[in-house]
Amino acid sequence: MSQLVFIAFQDNDNARYLVEAIAEDNPEAEVQHQPAMIRIQAEKRLVINRETMEEKLGRDWDVQEMLIDVISIGGNVDEDDDHFILQWT
Amino acid sequence: MVVKNKKLNLKDKYQYLTRDMAWEPTYQKKKDIFPDEDFEGIKITDWSQWEDPFRLTMDAYWKYQAEKEKKLYAIFDAFAQNNGHQNISDARYVNALKLFLSGVSPLEHAAFQGYAKVGRQFSGAGARVACQMQAIDELRHSQTQQHAMSHYNKHFNGLHDAAHMHDRVWFLSVPKSFFDDARSAGPFEFLTAISFSFEYVLTNLLFVPFMSGAAYNGDMATVTFGFSAQSDEARHMTLGLEVIKFILEQHEDNVPIVQRWIDKWFWRGFRLLSLVGMMMDYMLPNKVMSWAEAWEVYYEQNGGALFKDLERYGIRPPKYQDIANDAKHHVSHQAWSTFYQYSQATNFHTWMPEKEEMDWLSEKYPDTFDKYYRPRFEHWAKEHAEGRRFYNNTLPQLCQVCQIPTIFTEKEDPTALSHRQIVHEGERYHFCSDGCCDIFKHEPEKYVQAWLPVHQIYQGNCEGGDVETVVSKYYHINIGEDNFEYIGSPDHKRWLSIKGKSSDTKADSAKQDAA
Amino acid sequence: MSVNALYDYKFEPRDKVENFHGMQLLYVYWPHHLMYCSPFAMLVQPDMTFGAFVDEVLKPATADHPDAPQADFLAAEWQLNGEPFTPDASATLKDCGIDHKSMLTVTTKGLDGIAGSAS
Repeated sequence: MSQLVFIAFQDNDNARYLVEAIAEDNPEAEVQHQPAMIRIQAEKRLVINRETMEEKLGRDWDVQEMLIDVISIGGNVDEDDDHFILQWT
Repeated sequence: MVVKNKKLNLKDKYQYLTRDMAWEPTYQKKKDIFPDEDFEGIKITDWSQWEDPFRLTMDAYWKYQAEKEKKLYAIFDAFAQNNGHQNISDARYVNALKLFLSGVSPLEHAAFQGYAKVGRQFSGAGARVACQMQAIDELRHSQTQQHAMSHYNKHFNGLHDAAHMHDRVWFLSVPKSFFDDARSAGPFEFLTAISFSFEYVLTNLLFVPFMSGAAYNGDMATVTFGFSAQSDEARHMTLGLEVIKFILEQHEDNVPIVQRWIDKWFWRGFRLLSLVGMMMDYMLPNKVMSWAEAWEVYYEQNGGALFKDLERYGIRPPKYQDIANDAKHHVSHQAWSTFYQYSQATNFHTWMPEKEEMDWLSEKYPDTFDKYYRPRFEHWAKEHAEGRRFYNNTLPQLCQVCQIPTIFTEKEDPTALSHRQIVHEGERYHFCSDGCCDIFKHEPEKYVQAWLPVHQIYQGNCEGGDVETVVSKYYHINIGEDNFEYIGSPDHKRWLSIKGKSSDTKADSAKQDAA
Repeated sequence: MSVNALYDYKFEPRDKVENFHGMQLLYVYWPHHLMYCSPFAMLVQPDMTFGAFVDEVLKPATADHPDAPQADFLAAEWQLNGEPFTPDASATLKDCGIDHKSMLTVTTKGLDGIAGSAS
C-alpha cells in the first residue's frame, strides 16, 4: 500500500520559494494547485533543506519560518537547524 | 525574519528553554502536585522520552505567532475596507459561516480551556509546554474567527449571539457535547481525543478543503483565518502523533486503552464531521471538491498512511472505519435533508440545490444521489415552488451519544435507518449506530445524563412548550430573519439589492409558507 | 463497563419518566419514508388510546408526505421496540405495553416513499 506524506502551504509569495525548493530537492513529489493553497505529496518522505531555501531566497532562512505559511502536514516530523523532514518509517 | 546570533542550535535551545526550566520537587510529593496523571491507567515510566519535533521554544513561538497575526489582520482590514462581503460568490455561502461561528468557534474556546487544564496535569515539562502553547493557539483561533465574522454580522442575520446559541440550540449540542465529553475525561484521553483523533486524523477535512472552498467563493477573510489557524494545527497534529507514539512506547499496557480511545474518538469525530460534509457539498456555491473526495484524500489516504505507521505499536485502524468510509456517499445529503426540514429552528437558512448543483451532486455521487436523494429533493423543490415549503413539525429522535438526530442509514441498506436501542438499568436508550451504542455501553454513567435538546424541550426546560417560543426566547433566534428558507429571506433580499437585482420575482411569492 | 473516574461517578438518568410531568416519550419510525429524516420523538399521554394516538399524533406528523393519504396505519405492520406488535385501537398506550421511550416501527407495505426511493 502506498504511504504518502504531504505538506500544504498558503498560496503566497513566501510559499512559492518553498515549493520551488521542495520540487528541486524532491523530484518525485507531486505538486497540486488548489484554490488559495498548494499541496505537495510524495511517497514516504519529503524534505525541505535550509540550504536550498537560502539559495532561492538569497538570504538567511530559519527552518521554523515555514510555520508561517504551512497549512497542514501528514507524516512524522523531524526538524533541526538544516532541514524539515516528513516521513513514514 | 533572520534569526541572528545563533549561539545555540535548535535542539540545545529547546533543551535549555523547556526541560531545564523545570525542576524536581523536593518538599512536595510529585503525586500530590500531579494528582490526575495515573487514574486512567496509563503508565509513564520516563517523561524525558517525550519529543517535540518542532522544538519550538516560547521566544520563537511569540515571534512566529505575532507574524501570523499581523498578516491575518492586514487581510481582515482590507476585507472590511473593500466591503469584501459584496464580492462573495453568493449570499447562501454566508450560512456556512453562521454554522461555523456558532458550531466551531466555541469549540476553539473549549479547546483552549481543555489544553490549559491538561497542561497543568502532566509531570513532564515537554508535554506541559506543548499544551500551554496549544491553549494560547486555541484562544487565538476563537478570537480571530469572531473578528473575521464580525464583518459579516454587520450585513447578514444569524450571527448575533453565537456563544449563547452554542449552549442551547438543538444541533449545537452536537459539537458542544463532543468537546464536553473530551474535557471531562482524563488528561491522556483528552490528548488522544483532541490532539490525535480530532486534530491529526480529522480536522484537515474542516480546515483544508472547506477553507480552500471559502477562497473559491470569494471569502478571503475566512480562508485567511482558516489557514492561519490550520498553520498552528500543523504543530498540533505533530503533537497529536507524538503523544500517541509516546504513550504507546512507554508501556505495553497502554496499547488497549489507547486503542479504545482511538475507536471512540474516531467515531465521535466522524459523526461531528457530518456537519462539515454538508457545508462542503451544499453551502459552497462554487464547488472545489465533494465531501466524498475530501474524505478519500484526507481520511482514507492520509489516515491510511498514519495507521499503517502505527501498526508497529499494535494499533489497528479505528473500529467501524469501514462504515465511515462507506458513509462518505451519504452523510452530506442526510445532514442537509435534516437541516432543510428543521430550518424553523436554525440560525441559518437552507434551500434546495439548483439544477446545476443537483447535476454536480449526481456526478460526484453516482451510486447514491440519484437513487436515494434526488427524488426527495425534487419533491421538496416542487412543493416549495407551489407554495408549500416543507418543514417537519415534529421533533426528531436524537442519538444518546452524538446527539445528532438518528438519521443515518445501514451500510448494507441505505433505505433503512441504522437505529439501535438498548435497555440500561431499566431505562431505554436510542442510538444512531453501533458506533455510538458501543461508546455508551462502555461508559453508560457518562451518557445517561446527556442533555438532549428534544427531551429538554418536552420536559419544559426551554422557556416554552412550543417550538416558536423555544426558538425565539430560549435560542435567541430571530424568527423570520435568521431562520426558515433562504429564498425570500431578508438575507436573500439584501443580497439581491447588493447585486442590483429586484427581489419581487418568484422568491417573494414562495417565501416561508409553512411558517 | 463503567467510567474510569476520580470519584464515585454516578448520575441519575436525565430523561426518567417522572421528569415529563405525567407524559411520556414515544418514538415512531415509518420505514421507507426518509423524507422524515429520523424517527419522530413525540410527547404522549400514557392513557390515550392507540386509536387516538394514530389519529391525533401520528397522522398530523406524517400528513405532508405524498404517501400519507394511502397509509392505513391501523392496518399496517407494527413493531414495538423491535418485536412484532398488534395494536388495539381502543386500548391505552400503557395497556398496549408502550412504556416511556419506547419505539414503534410502522411498515406500510406497498408504500415505498417518493418515487419509490424510500424517501
